[in-house]
Amino acid sequence: MFGKVIGRRLIFSAFILLAVSLLVFGATLLLPGDAARAILGQQATPERIAALNEQLGLNQPAWQRYFSWLGGLFVGDFGTSTASGGSVAQLLGERVGSSFILMAAAAIISVPLGIGLGVYQALHRGGRRDQAMTGLSLVFAAMPEFVIGIGLIAIFATSVFQILPAVTLAPPGEPVWGRPEQLILPTLTLILVVTPYIVRMMRATMIEVLDSGFVEMARLKGVPEKRVIMRHAVPHALGPVAQVVAIQLAWLAGGVVVVEFLFRYPGLGQALIDAVTYRDVQVVQAISMLVAAVYVVVNLAADVVGILTNPKLRSAA
Amino acid sequence: MTTETTTVHHDDANVPNEKIVLRVTDLKIATTAGNEILHGVNFALSRGEILGLVGESGSGKTTAGLACMGHFREGLKFASGSVSLWPRGDDTAVEVVELDEVAVRSLRGSRIAYIPQDPALSLNPAMRVGEQIREVLDIHEFGKSEAERTERVAAVLVDVGLPGDKAYQKRWPHQLSGGQQQRIGIAMAFAMYPDVLILDEPTTGLDVSTQAVVLDTIRQMTVANNVAGLYITHDLAVIKDISDRVAVMLRGDLVEEGPVESVLQDPQHEYTKMLMSAVPDLAGRKTIGEGAAAEPEPESKATHILVSDKKSKSEDTNESARAQDPADSAGGAATSASAPLLQVTDVALAYGKAQILDGINLTLEPGDCTLLLGESGSGKTTLSRCIAGLNDDYSGAVRLRGQELAKSTRKRTNEQRVGIQYVFQSPFSSLNPRRSIGQSLTVPLEMSGEGTAASRKAKVDEALDSVRLGRSFYHRRPGDLSGGERQRAAIARALVNQPSVLVCDEITSALDVSVQASIVGLLRTLREEHHLAMLFVTHNIALSRHIADNLAVLNKGTIVDYGPTAQVLETPKHEYTRTLIADVPKF
Repeated sequence: MFGKVIGRRLIFSAFILLAVSLLVFGATLLLPGDAARAILGQQATPERIAALNEQLGLNQPAWQRYFSWLGGLFVGDFGTSTASGGSVAQLLGERVGSSFILMAAAAIISVPLGIGLGVYQALHRGGRRDQAMTGLSLVFAAMPEFVIGIGLIAIFATSVFQILPAVTLAPPGEPVWGRPEQLILPTLTLILVVTPYIVRMMRATMIEVLDSGFVEMARLKGVPEKRVIMRHAVPHALGPVAQVVAIQLAWLAGGVVVVEFLFRYPGLGQALIDAVTYRDVQVVQAISMLVAAVYVVVNLAADVVGILTNPKLRSAA
Repeated sequence: MTTETTTVHHDDANVPNEKIVLRVTDLKIATTAGNEILHGVNFALSRGEILGLVGESGSGKTTAGLACMGHFREGLKFASGSVSLWPRGDDTAVEVVELDEVAVRSLRGSRIAYIPQDPALSLNPAMRVGEQIREVLDIHEFGKSEAERTERVAAVLVDVGLPGDKAYQKRWPHQLSGGQQQRIGIAMAFAMYPDVLILDEPTTGLDVSTQAVVLDTIRQMTVANNVAGLYITHDLAVIKDISDRVAVMLRGDLVEEGPVESVLQDPQHEYTKMLMSAVPDLAGRKTIGEGAAAEPEPESKATHILVSDKKSKSEDTNESARAQDPADSAGGAATSASAPLLQVTDVALAYGKAQILDGINLTLEPGDCTLLLGESGSGKTTLSRCIAGLNDDYSGAVRLRGQELAKSTRKRTNEQRVGIQYVFQSPFSSLNPRRSIGQSLTVPLEMSGEGTAASRKAKVDEALDSVRLGRSFYHRRPGDLSGGERQRAAIARALVNQPSVLVCDEITSALDVSVQASIVGLLRTLREEHHLAMLFVTHNIALSRHIADNLAVLNKGTIVDYGPTAQVLETPKHEYTRTLIADVPKF
């Protein structure tokens, strides 16, 4: 039953990615200007542009280009960057790694932190600390990531303290983890954006669960409070929170663009902005597909968590 | 409350003696804001006996029961008094309310066990049932070895009449029926051989036949384990069935206490007498809610006693009123002389393979009341929703005055929609909390698009008068109203458009017995005044003689018995009806 549900979701996910690929390809067709002119500049002769179009395969009909591109995706060939002439996979390879480190660090810290703070607030609901944390989380939830990022730079890098680098110092080619201190501010920014939502959701569902009959029953069975919370209450609160975590992680995949730009961080976001500037269609397509894939995978993971915490879904008759 | 309430005692079983296991003395509980909820309650539980604690919602019976376990719900705190427990093999008493958290935890589940109201909510849905029983044994370190605990889980499951095998223990709560879930709860409570058992309305959510089985299990287990039980309920019939002694609670006070026979047959306190008169009986020897229609809801100060001075209409005036004007139905138009007011023919409905309704035939004449009786899952609500057009998936036909109605209420004409009105089960969720009663009642008039604002207001006032709420309720919001008042308002909403058929879906099941009695009384009066035809849907067979002329018994989507109430009850044709009647706690 479990496997069947997951299998169905996987097939569904494949169709979603296919639909996304159509949209992405369609959208890049609508981009103004053409790649050959962007590469060759305003002075290029029509002959040279035609020759380059021929070389890039741009004179083929759109559907033919779509299918050869799609076929390439299946074998891991993301095409050739029109701007640099190198393969897209190679260009993005190390960028993906850098962005992944940023996102993973943010996720690994913010998910347990959010859940922990939410549980703490629910257990002390109505108290002064709960109210203060609710207010604080609302403030952070209301602020866009670039405001938080600029604020952090002002505090830790420029105006108040000068203890952390404001921008990424690593020269191209050097891995970002070579200098861990340059990772702190971007990661912190992402954590501050993502955590408040998780805290608020966890607090709300946890309060509901703590009021439920089976939690009272567990207490009346003489179950110690710690076990009541860990064994009886928290697993029930996780199901709905997993959905919010998924939305937040998926947001990370896209939201990382702004944060990377702010910190001059050599990740996917930077690559995407550069690619759009240079009409590097192949790179834009590849990054869009990657972000879409992250969305699909993360949401699938949230569904799995939901099913695992709810035996009704696991063994529905 | 300033006046001291004295408890009427029927005997002296409450004075200290060696049979007593738990003794509550002058227990006072207050809200954290300082309002007293319990005003000094005294009772004692003896080994092998069950004390029934009766009272209406808000009387503090659950609060008192949970206090016996040293548990106070959010917002409540212990004020004064004592709860003494004499555990087995121990001569000295333990003061439950004075123990620290660790000590009281070691008593809960082992010496004092709790069986909750709703098993579906009280079992952890994400834990296998065997594991939940095992948890109690593990926490209280039952026996000497792992094997002994495993054995005990299986044994206690068998004791409550469930299979004790591994496969059954591996089930999830949602894979069990309501009765089975409650028996898991009972097994959990008995696992540690407790001395005291607190039962908080353990059969309220169950069907009569399941209730009979569960009560049986509880009785057997209490006797076999020599446990002292406290059975909290608002159902006097169940009390009579299961308990040895009974204590009656009224707004935080114990007003009467004694052996079951003596209290129920010879009630001393006014409140007990009122409660007794409100309980519907299957034999229909008394008229419940007599005059209650005229009685406004208690203003929650004085003792709530039903006055029976007005409107003591007997069944024959009812009869004659119907005879007087047979054809004048409220809608007026399109009355065909031969066609019945409401006719349901061959209504069937299936979701996939599950046949919910299978060939239902019913007729209603003006002024008639048919009681549609069925257990949960019998399809009774589905049928009433089909009739009202809220569910349009059915096949077959619903005719109003001979005219076939469209399946969906949206496609019915205004006049047809007005003709059939629906009252929902829970008055707590059927009224929009943000609208005043007056606004809620005006909506149906606006929908039918008749009259001016002033004439609508007049009609709403009239409807409020007819349900005996009074015009002062126009500007009040549902939040300020008691359950009974809300249900009256919901009935008034159904009445504003002067329907000819009223479909009442379990409208008294969320209410206390005395409020139920007054609603039943009100419906009886309304039928006479408005010449309403009524379909009264319920699972409570005991109500049948009090309200209905005809009785239809629905089982698994088919009507198995249908006819005049007395005839069905006295000579039931179908086996199912016979078991239903046999399972009703006799009162």
